Amino acid sequence: MTQQFYVSPEQLMKDRADFARKGIARGRSVVVISCEEGIALVAENPSPSLHKIGEIYDKIAFAAVGKYNEFESLRQAGVRYADVRGYSYDREDVTARGLASVYAQSLGAVFTAEQKPFEVELAVAEVGESPSDDHLYRLTFDGSIADEKRFIVMGGQADKVAETVEGGWQRELNFAGAIRLAMKGLVTDKEAGELPASALEVAVLDRGSESARGSRRAFRRLGDDEIAALLSEEN
Amino acid sequence: MQDTTANQVAANATSSFTEHLQRNRPGLLPFNQAMPATAGAGSQPLQVPHATTIVSLTYGGGVLMAGDRRATMGNVIASRHIEKVFPADRYSVLGIAGTAGIAIDLTRLFQVELEHYEKIEGTLLSLEGKANRLGAMIRGNLPMAMQGLAVVPLFAGFDLPVGVGRLFSYDVTGGRYEEQEHHAVGSGSMFARGALKKLWRPGLTEEEAVAVAVESLYDAADDDSATGGPDPVRQLWPVVYTVGRTGARRIPDHDLAAVAGAIIEARTTARREA
Repeated sequence: MTQQFYVSPEQLMKDRADFARKGIARGRSVVVISCEEGIALVAENPSPSLHKIGEIYDKIAFAAVGKYNEFESLRQAGVRYADVRGYSYDREDVTARGLASVYAQSLGAVFTAEQKPFEVELAVAEVGESPSDDHLYRLTFDGSIADEKRFIVMGGQADKVAETVEGGWQRELNFAGAIRLAMKGLVTDKEAGELPASALEVAVLDRGSESARGSRRAFRRLGDDEIAALLSEEN
Repeated sequence: MQDTTANQVAANATSSFTEHLQRNRPGLLPFNQAMPATAGAGSQPLQVPHATTIVSLTYGGGVLMAGDRRATMGNVIASRHIEKVFPADRYSVLGIAGTAGIAIDLTRLFQVELEHYEKIEGTLLSLEGKANRLGAMIRGNLPMAMQGLAVVPLFAGFDLPVGVGRLFSYDVTGGRYEEQEHHAVGSGSMFARGALKKLWRPGLTEEEAVAVAVESLYDAADDDSATGGPDPVRQLWPVVYTVGRTGARRIPDHDLAAVAGAIIEARTTARREA
């Protein structure tokens, strides 16, 4: 019988974390910004059908970076969790906090118990009555969870992107301003000063969806034309 | 099929909320409760509120559905405020006749089913797909229907690729039938259908369609004690939804008050008995 090598728990966890971090750093970034009109979710994503941003429930959206199959299964699990909860209790009993803690538990369980950790980083955003009521949760591959204010940046070069977004953020931003700021962040490490609308995936959580559109569902995905129009708009 | 990981993943992938509940939370399904067996053959069916008349008709730009506001329990009026027509999603509506409690739960389940599919798949289900899913749910309720707790829906929606409004009726076994022009379900349906036959014509406008629907409900309420008519004292009007290319829209109460007022006035002026 072959002898099992002893690996200390510290080393094991460190190796796993390094592995996951490397996987995530290869991917393109996602920016989630809370602004006056709601929450804008912007990702660099050339595919028009494989989404990094998705609707979870009435006021809750999801954004992710990393391996598509892994975060897609987490997104679907989130939709199931939210729908079951909303169906068995009530729609207003579905909260981002509840969802984020379920995600934290599953990511934590996979990180410690499975062969390989998930190479993903998630954001769960819930839009509130005003920017100070917004909830932005950031979840990492090991199940740690952070409650962020104003914005979240994830993925490759996240530090540089966050620096730019931090510099330009203000409370009075509208969607057009937030999306432009996000794009400014996303191109920080690139030579081109701009990304075409087709390379961006943009969705918003409308703060006033009930009054403006008569819909409880605040999530709205923006088409290429709409993105291009918002990007060309002047401040 | 071999029991490989890939096969397992494929077998577990479902975009259906009902299937997900069936698998993981069967207790939450409205039709999965074990009902106590009724005592003997001659026993009375359970006394629970019943929803009655729903009418639906197509018009120039889509399809309309309307329901009265009365629920009955035997010979007693259980509710004057019940709503029996609901938006199922942006482009379809659903009306329910039969056991109110189960019907309302089925409606809620159907609404979540459509939204769940949309979120998981990132696209809307086709109108035929929605109609089929509803049929499957009604079939799931068959054991309860056998015990007297039947639900009979009417489903209408706008078929976006074709660009027309379509409507579907069901039987308790989940059989799905596409109806042309107009249809009605519930205890007052035969009277409503008679009125629809006379009032409906091709190419109605939306306003005309609303008037036709309200008048047919008025006729149903005239002859069927389980159907409630317009109630000017309590200011209660039928629930009316239209579905067109821009989506489902509930007709506001003040419009319905005007339409119902015009019908009541015309009948008062005519001074006819029947």
